[in-house]
Amino acid sequence: MNNLSKRSYIVAAIFVVVGLIYIINLFRLQVMDSDYKQSATNQVLREVVQYPARGLVYDRNGELLVYNSTAYDLMITPREVGEFDTLLLCDLLDITRPVLDEGIAKAKKYSSYKPSVLIKQISPEHFALLQEQLYKFKGFHSQTRTLREYSHPVAAHVLGYVGEVNASDIKRDDYYKSGDYIGQSGVERTYEKQLRGVKGVKKIMVDVHNRNQGSYLNGAEDKPAEIGKNLMSTIDIDLQLYAEELFQNKKGAVVAIEPKTGEILAMLSAPSYDPGLLVGRVRGKNFSQLQNDTLMPLFDRALQARYPPGSTFKPFNILIGLQEGAINNATRIVCNGTASSPIKCTHNHISPASVIDAVRESCNPFLWNTFRNTINKYPTTAVGFHVWSEYVKRFGLGQKVSIEFYNENPGLRPTVEYYNRVHKGDWWQAITVRSLAIGQGELGTTPLQMANLAAILANRGYYYQPHIIKEVENDTVQSSFSVKHETGIDAQYFEPVFEGMRQVTIARLNRNVHGISYCGKTGTIENNQGIDHGAYMAFAPADDPKIALCVYVEHSKWGASYAAPIASLLIEKYLNDSIADNRLIYEKQMMEAVLTDPHNPELAD
Amino acid sequence: MPRRNNILANIDWLTVGLYLLMLFLGWFNIYAALYSDEHQSIFDITQQYGKQLMWIGAAFVLALIIMLLEVNFYVFFSYIIYGVFIVLLLLVPFIGKEINGARSWYEIGPILFQPSEFTKSATALALARYMSTHGFKLQTPKSLLTVAAIILGPVVLILLQNDTGSALVYFSFVLVLYREGLSGVVLFFGTLVALLFVLALVLANLTLALIIVGVALLMYLIFNPKLKQFLNVSIIYALSIGFFVLLNFVINTSYELAQFILAGAVVGSFIVLYQSVRNKFSNYTKIAIVFIGSILFTISVDYGFENFLESHHKARINELLGIESNPQGAGYHVNQSKIAIGSGGMWGKGYLEGTQTKFDFVPEQSTDFIFCTVGEEWGFAGTLTIILLFLFFFMRLIWLAERQRSTFSRIYGYSVAAILFFHFMVNIGMTIGMMPVIGIPLPFFSYGGSSLWSFTILLFIFIRLDASRLEKLSD
Repeated sequence: MNNLSKRSYIVAAIFVVVGLIYIINLFRLQVMDSDYKQSATNQVLREVVQYPARGLVYDRNGELLVYNSTAYDLMITPREVGEFDTLLLCDLLDITRPVLDEGIAKAKKYSSYKPSVLIKQISPEHFALLQEQLYKFKGFHSQTRTLREYSHPVAAHVLGYVGEVNASDIKRDDYYKSGDYIGQSGVERTYEKQLRGVKGVKKIMVDVHNRNQGSYLNGAEDKPAEIGKNLMSTIDIDLQLYAEELFQNKKGAVVAIEPKTGEILAMLSAPSYDPGLLVGRVRGKNFSQLQNDTLMPLFDRALQARYPPGSTFKPFNILIGLQEGAINNATRIVCNGTASSPIKCTHNHISPASVIDAVRESCNPFLWNTFRNTINKYPTTAVGFHVWSEYVKRFGLGQKVSIEFYNENPGLRPTVEYYNRVHKGDWWQAITVRSLAIGQGELGTTPLQMANLAAILANRGYYYQPHIIKEVENDTVQSSFSVKHETGIDAQYFEPVFEGMRQVTIARLNRNVHGISYCGKTGTIENNQGIDHGAYMAFAPADDPKIALCVYVEHSKWGASYAAPIASLLIEKYLNDSIADNRLIYEKQMMEAVLTDPHNPELAD
Repeated sequence: MPRRNNILANIDWLTVGLYLLMLFLGWFNIYAALYSDEHQSIFDITQQYGKQLMWIGAAFVLALIIMLLEVNFYVFFSYIIYGVFIVLLLLVPFIGKEINGARSWYEIGPILFQPSEFTKSATALALARYMSTHGFKLQTPKSLLTVAAIILGPVVLILLQNDTGSALVYFSFVLVLYREGLSGVVLFFGTLVALLFVLALVLANLTLALIIVGVALLMYLIFNPKLKQFLNVSIIYALSIGFFVLLNFVINTSYELAQFILAGAVVGSFIVLYQSVRNKFSNYTKIAIVFIGSILFTISVDYGFENFLESHHKARINELLGIESNPQGAGYHVNQSKIAIGSGGMWGKGYLEGTQTKFDFVPEQSTDFIFCTVGEEWGFAGTLTIILLFLFFFMRLIWLAERQRSTFSRIYGYSVAAILFFHFMVNIGMTIGMMPVIGIPLPFFSYGGSSLWSFTILLFIFIRLDASRLEKLSD
């Protein structure tokens, strides 16, 4: 072996050294370092969110009210987009070129390799056309979403609407991700957690072009979406439809309650709108249109409008007086009509008046005396007033009566502290706050509270929390729905009040419904900005009440002129299923009346 | 003739076996790298794995032809073969077919072949022929120049075709020359040059200047371990560097501090050089030459890098050296390749279970980056096996080369080992981020007829030569 052949060992050594360096590096890369495994997983796995369908909403008789339809989001993955026919795409999507460009720019800004939504909520009919041509557009794909559909264009305020989550929703609940939908009002909002279901996840593998390469581990780690729970509402859709029909071209509210359960049978704020307007691609445009409407259709009068109860509150002051012993069935109070003091009477009736007369005639002097006697029975005004105020509280005023409506107005109930504050410690007594005797002054009720008052009357002294959802699929409803709220008025005191109310409906208003005797009380709400509002509160049948309701018709001048007839029609519809032939004329009158003008010359003085 | 009967018995079947093993491992991995549900059959000839089987079949035919030819054919015709391929290389820019922007392919019927692939074998033959001439001495200037011309001729022509990767392979002949007597200093300086090249690009000038001065002093100490003289030299350097640094403060020019340190060191080196001439002490000279050479090289690397390299080469080198890290840009290939290999773990994801390669995250996954599939699906166990397999194969080739009686066969054998090793080193090195991304295939594993045939020809000529190792060749 010559000298040079020893160099074979050097050459071999070089080979081995390089090999060893590589082996060491591979060991480090493959065995020691786990970052690469993580990177590989991140690159290959895509978690595709499976959106559950929202729960359905039924009416109290099982008729479907709210369901889902399919819509399609057009997704874009900017990195994969090649040359394409922009004109054709704009045509198919029915958008303009700037809208498309803006959308693409926005998607690029978000991520060039992750898909983002380009056009939301394309209708199935529209999508069918697009889908045929979609193969021409590389980098675009579709994603299926669900949209709300409504069987009837009614009950918009009750049902509420669904919209995209905002930043604060996402912050509050990490279930939500940008682009998710959330109930934003009504039942959709209150029962969001039950309706939304649970999003699922499907793990798929993608290649470098983000193309689907099949499920990961054959779907072993997938989590299917859980469909939202169905709700059964307390709404009677026929009654709701009828109410909305009667309220066309009017402003106001109707709330009807089943007194024995507190279930809301119908709830309407007029003018209303078709809930279908706030779904899909047209939502934004329609929403701002509704927002700018001077009749304020988005304003839920049934829950948010606070009216002074007026005469409708008079039966309650009488009930307090009877319970407190300030008056009794033998009490007779002289009424001097318009000459009465400190509050005059607007009706001409027999004098001295009994409880029944007072209710029937809405006699202000009687009520003033009752109110004064109730308060002055006690050693001080403060103690007496506190007793009165506590009754009012138990009637559900000055607080939210329901727990289902986030936007409910609590109404107004004056307290001793309130008047002490207003009068700055000065001496005040019953006469100072005499307006309260006739339901004016610092009292305020929402239509919902007023309907609840009607239910208290119907139940002779108690109520159940008014609520809108009867049943949640595979779940329970709030236990508070079945808690009986006592008002502290004994059942025996209701009889004379009812008698007075009955006489109003029969003798005075001539609005008796065939085969049904019912009790009602009108009210007029003074309005400084135009014609007064009319109100009516009633329950029926008188002996076994199945419906208690209140009707507010703005700018209708008297409670008797529109509110009472509408209420009688609703009662008839609910109890008899149809309107008697001889009353169709009223129905026609009510439906045709246009009362949206606060200065309606036909009604103006 | 009795000779022919001996051939079968004298074939090194172990090498042939290793060749076949690697060929089929490669084929299975190409299948795994490209596997899709639509094309499940490994024999599907519309797919690369189906085609590779055809290329393998053709390679067997080539191997057979090579084995059947008279062994003296290779010796006699070595220059002619070399000449033919030089001509083919010359003509390819004019009559070749353009693929991927490079006009370096010939199209003969359905078959595409790249002359630069086959020129490796031709060059090895020519080199073996020249260096085995009677009385050849590598040290003479004429021999050195001729050897350089044989090797660099194809390099220049391949570079003209813009195929840097294939050209770089020819540097592997340095190992052959080293075995045949080229001074070890060349290998040493080659390594130093590579090291300085990297440092020049990676390190800031100031650090680099200090390292060069440090290395020079260290070398001085190694060659001449006398403390008094070392102190002497150190003081000379310290004084001259100090002078220039001070000058920098005084005149306050726009030049960098590093440049003043270097200037000081250069002046210091000349003083040391002068001393060495006076003392007739040659080590001084060596130190000074290394030092000045290093500085000049470093400067020229910086300059050349900025002015001569194309931007994609620059980006890849920058990426490799970690100067600019851009996983989406030039580093994308390497990053994806490392992710694929790294995600394999100890035992891999299992055959056909790889995702990074199959789903196209790794580019060129069946050709240049076939090693990723091995790493991803077979894990460290697989990559270790493949590297050990290659090392064993190389050891076998060196052993075979060393047992040759004829210089021609030995030189050719070393050429085969060196060329295959270079491919192995660069290809696997680039997949794990230790080498720049130079597109050269992994022998026997990567997809492609042209490269497979060229490696087969390269190897089997040697196996043919080895089979006749007992005969006297006509050199």
